Amino acid sequence: MPRIAYAFPDEVLEHVFSFIHSDQDRNAISLVCKSWYEIERWCRRSIFVGNCYAVSPVMVVKRFPKLRSISLKGKPHFADFNLVPEDWGGYACPWIEAMASAYPWLEEIRLKRMVLTDESLELISKSFKNFQVLVLSSCEGFSTDGLAAIAANCRNLRELDLRESEVEDLSGHWLSQFPDSFTSLVSLNISCLGSEVSTCALERLLAGCPNLQSLRLNRAVPLEKLVNLLGRSPNLVELGTGAYTSEMQPDVFSDLSRAFVGCKQLKSLSGFWDAMPYYLPAVYPISSRLTSLNLSYATTESPYLVKLVSECRNLQRLWVMDYIEDSGLEALAVSCKDLRELRVFPSDPFGLEPNVALTERGLVSVSEGCPELQSVLYFCRQMSNAALVTIARNRPNMTRFRLCIIEPRKPDYLTLQPLDAGFGAIVEHCKNLRRLSLSGLLTDRVFEYIGSYGKKLEMLSVAFAGDSDLGLHYVLSGCDNLRKLEVRDCPFGDKALLANAAKLETMRSLWMSSCNVSFGACKLLGQKMPRLNVEVIIDERGPPDSMPESCLVEKLYIYRTVAGPRMDMPGFVWRYTGP
Amino acid sequence: MSPPVLTAQEEGQSNHSTITSSRSEDRISQNVTALKERNYLGLSDCSSVDSSTVPSDSDEKRNNLNLKATELRLGLPGSQSPERDDSSTKLDEKPLFPLLPTKDGICLLSQKTVITGNKRGFSDTIDGFPEGKFPGTSGVNVLLSPRSARAQPTTTKEMPTKVLQERPCATNGTGHNKTDASIGGSAPASKAQVVGWPPIRSFRKNSLAVTSKNNEVDGKLSPAALFVKVSMDGAPYLRKVDLRSYNTYQDLSSALEKMFSCFTLGQCGSHGAPGREMLSESKLRDLLHGSEYVLTYEDKDGDWMLVGDVPWEMFIDTCKRLKIMKGSDAIGLAPRAMEKSKNRC
Repeated sequence: MPRIAYAFPDEVLEHVFSFIHSDQDRNAISLVCKSWYEIERWCRRSIFVGNCYAVSPVMVVKRFPKLRSISLKGKPHFADFNLVPEDWGGYACPWIEAMASAYPWLEEIRLKRMVLTDESLELISKSFKNFQVLVLSSCEGFSTDGLAAIAANCRNLRELDLRESEVEDLSGHWLSQFPDSFTSLVSLNISCLGSEVSTCALERLLAGCPNLQSLRLNRAVPLEKLVNLLGRSPNLVELGTGAYTSEMQPDVFSDLSRAFVGCKQLKSLSGFWDAMPYYLPAVYPISSRLTSLNLSYATTESPYLVKLVSECRNLQRLWVMDYIEDSGLEALAVSCKDLRELRVFPSDPFGLEPNVALTERGLVSVSEGCPELQSVLYFCRQMSNAALVTIARNRPNMTRFRLCIIEPRKPDYLTLQPLDAGFGAIVEHCKNLRRLSLSGLLTDRVFEYIGSYGKKLEMLSVAFAGDSDLGLHYVLSGCDNLRKLEVRDCPFGDKALLANAAKLETMRSLWMSSCNVSFGACKLLGQKMPRLNVEVIIDERGPPDSMPESCLVEKLYIYRTVAGPRMDMPGFVWRYTGP
Repeated sequence: MSPPVLTAQEEGQSNHSTITSSRSEDRISQNVTALKERNYLGLSDCSSVDSSTVPSDSDEKRNNLNLKATELRLGLPGSQSPERDDSSTKLDEKPLFPLLPTKDGICLLSQKTVITGNKRGFSDTIDGFPEGKFPGTSGVNVLLSPRSARAQPTTTKEMPTKVLQERPCATNGTGHNKTDASIGGSAPASKAQVVGWPPIRSFRKNSLAVTSKNNEVDGKLSPAALFVKVSMDGAPYLRKVDLRSYNTYQDLSSALEKMFSCFTLGQCGSHGAPGREMLSESKLRDLLHGSEYVLTYEDKDGDWMLVGDVPWEMFIDTCKRLKIMKGSDAIGLAPRAMEKSKNRC
């Protein structure tokens, strides 16, 4: 044993390690030698499990006995778009139970795309004496009764964030369960709740919690009530309004404006459901303070959106509907030189014809005018290679680029060519690109570009693209840092998958639906790769064993795991189990 | 670039390039294709209809007639009804989810007032007595084709899954062409819409839906979503629907039909053509002779009721979950449904 390892007592090493927070660094430390592994695991306070089935709760508890914070993700990303059936899995319960007995001092739980019951919420509320942070992102399976338990029992709760979860809304009274003595709330996000929450309870809560910095209300909170609530939370940094609509009353307007001004730290606004043009200008007095604006639920006409946005000179993040149109994005490009993230959502995604004048030109303008732009999510109905090349050249600092051309397989509208060259330019110029979503007409060529240039790419989403297995092969063999690949409706099949089987162990997960992978290949993969779970979602044709090997699989989810086959597979998920 | 050396099974690969190459050609034909009947078990292959070309309007009749003999109809044998008074000359087909089972069991009655014969469709229940009025496109297409009944911009339309499952089964060239033509040819008014596309989260979709409803009903705010589980006898997994994204029983019915028809019309065969024909025949027999499906729901009291007897608003207030059951299982429900609604009135 080298002497150096004994040079420092464990406590010193532990102290040194305490300055290291990033998971990757911590993981690296634990690989240095056995003693470092041991020291590190005893002092790790926070872990992130990107796939709750990659490891078991028992294993986590065994390795890290002193955790204070845990983040878990469950269902595949495409579950957001209804591609994953109900009851597929992602249950938080076994984790909560394991943690309840192992970590009495657990402070933070963050779950994404998981199923959580009221019983689990109650268990959380009663098991962790110093519980502080609960973030449930796109979760489901629980009701406001569970929330009532959290409110009633978590005396030190700082953060309760229900973003986009599906909550069974039994009543708004759960909020009243916060005791009068409760003062610790810093962040509350109930924007996903459907029914009305008691405004009295809200006001009381706000009055008692002077440290509240982030408040996101739900749609049911009327605009008039917002004024009162703002008055009670002067330290707000982030506000999500309720429905931003009301009878046009000048005194409501001026009260609202005054209330905004009164929150001197206010930097981020969201909500704005059904935003009325009349009330948008109430924001103007604070517009220069705003760094983040989420107008993606504001179904307001372009001119009003543009006016507001043009006032927000320090905007870094803008989420907006395509009502803003090309002209609005041009104005944005002129006014908001610090813009880092832009998301444009479709107002009429299922309509056949464009309902707004939003095209590729808007995005090109922003790419030209906003030197800090790094992250883009853009829904539109037409795109050209020329535009994409321009965007790529303008913004080589792009790190996230997600383009959704609404009609599948739509070619370059100018040349009728595939968009291979355009996306190729994106991956070629944007050397730090970490996330990419493709759309439009694409051949295998685009994947060749991605494999060649996308060396930092971590997540790739593909739909209705490619010609053959080559496409998949390029990506799997070329993208060194690929962690998540999700593919739908592409002619990718067995050859590429099997040839790159080893790659799959270096990735978190692979989703393939409506592709050309056969049952035979799934069986083979399951057989040869014990550290992968190769899960086939069965359709009505029955379990794969009963089908010929050549029959195609409709939905396939492959992920690496050290926990073996999962115990909670529903009847419609099949996994290779033996010869 | 030479293809990499791969060790993989060769079976079943050759056909797929046909799919992909014909796709781009057919994409263009998709846009001009009129509504076509689709039998997505590929029965029209069996019935020797020329499926390799996109049928024009004048062919429609011929196709209808040819298909009629082999088409899958979820009705009891002999339960044909007089032709509907609409532009297409298709024979009447029952909607997938008639609200009540046959009143007289099996025997055929061609009643003048009730156009669908024995079974009442959703529109019957709602309108009372639909004299000569039927949603023009709910016919065989209701059963077989993945089209949308009418433009419903705020509801999520679900393109099969059925269409996609067609792919594995259609191995020959005509099958492919037919499939691809059908993907686009499913609806006159809308292009084929796909599950989960464009990729928008449910939360956002619901918000849009509520917004558009709010624009109709001034100032009234309704809760964002009302998800209920929908299960179906024999389907491997259940689905969820948001009742608030529909305005009428008809909307709900169409959406559920699309969601679940891939299950009702059962097993797609494997790649082997002979096996496929046999499967289709027996399936066909089963469907003709036995199962009709009804849509039922569990209300707040925990009772299972037939969908359609109460006004829509009342229905979405009380419905906790939906179930598509075989008609034979649902017979006992009819009287109770009547009683309950009488008590409510």
